[in-house]
Amino acid sequence: MSVPGMALFLFCAFGALLSAIGTVVVKSPIRAAMCLLTHVIALSGLFLTLHAHLLAALQVLIYAGAVVVLFVFVIMMIGPGVVDTTTSRGLLGKTAAAAMMLILTFALAAALGGLDPARTLLSCGVTPGSDCVSFGSVVGFSMELYVQDLVPFELIGALLTVGIVGAIAVARGRSAEESAAIQARASHAGAMASGAASPANNSGGE
Amino acid sequence: MQIELGHYLGLSALIFGIGATGFVVRRNVLIQLMCIELMLNSVNLTLVAFNRWRPDNHAGQIFAFFVIAVAAAEAAVGLAIVLSMFRLNKSVHTDQADKLRH
Repeated sequence: MSVPGMALFLFCAFGALLSAIGTVVVKSPIRAAMCLLTHVIALSGLFLTLHAHLLAALQVLIYAGAVVVLFVFVIMMIGPGVVDTTTSRGLLGKTAAAAMMLILTFALAAALGGLDPARTLLSCGVTPGSDCVSFGSVVGFSMELYVQDLVPFELIGALLTVGIVGAIAVARGRSAEESAAIQARASHAGAMASGAASPANNSGGE
Repeated sequence: MQIELGHYLGLSALIFGIGATGFVVRRNVLIQLMCIELMLNSVNLTLVAFNRWRPDNHAGQIFAFFVIAVAAAEAAVGLAIVLSMFRLNKSVHTDQADKLRH
């Protein structure tokens, strides 16, 4: 990897780590959302060092442009209730959870991240045979996506449609007539249940 | 010093651990959803790094693309659930979400 590539990796790696810690640590959700935004942008820089140019662009478009904005909208709609003033679990529980997770993380990192000369990444212009023109480009990526993985791609379209419909159905709540109808149905069912229960009791008593 | 696959994998393991810790420690639903996004992102980094290690095809990148799409759908539905939970409980605190218990 070239020196600018290495500098980009180090910059983005530290940025991603610090902003991930920030997302977890800060109190107010809007600041956490801003940390998440920084994290996403740093991660797209890391994708650039991995020669995944299209994916870096998609990361910024979808995460920074859609997901974080959605978070900010929801924080905006909820308003001041979004900051929990109640105390969360105690210091002991927090420390225990964090220690457990850190142990898990370092085990994972040691298992995955062991440095091995056989696992050097190809770098453009240095390694012979590295295909740097089409790898990660729009053409190379899309040819494979639309030729080999067309069915999963269409299924993702269906999934997103279902997700949007489900989100609207869950979030919009009930109108006055709808809740009145549900109330009426519930009271009707309650009357039926008590009406069915009382004769049974009577016949049992007699 | 040369940047290798191991650096990327270690970094993504760290980010995954931070996200998992946040998911366990924080009690705010919104921040827990953001921690889920952190974990999904770290997995994406792993997939793309492995794809760079074996660049014969784009399988890792395409998988990461699908993960991004699923994460977007998950965020939409999750935030809708947060909204209706807030409407019900007037709180986004997970300890308040105990309607099934009472």
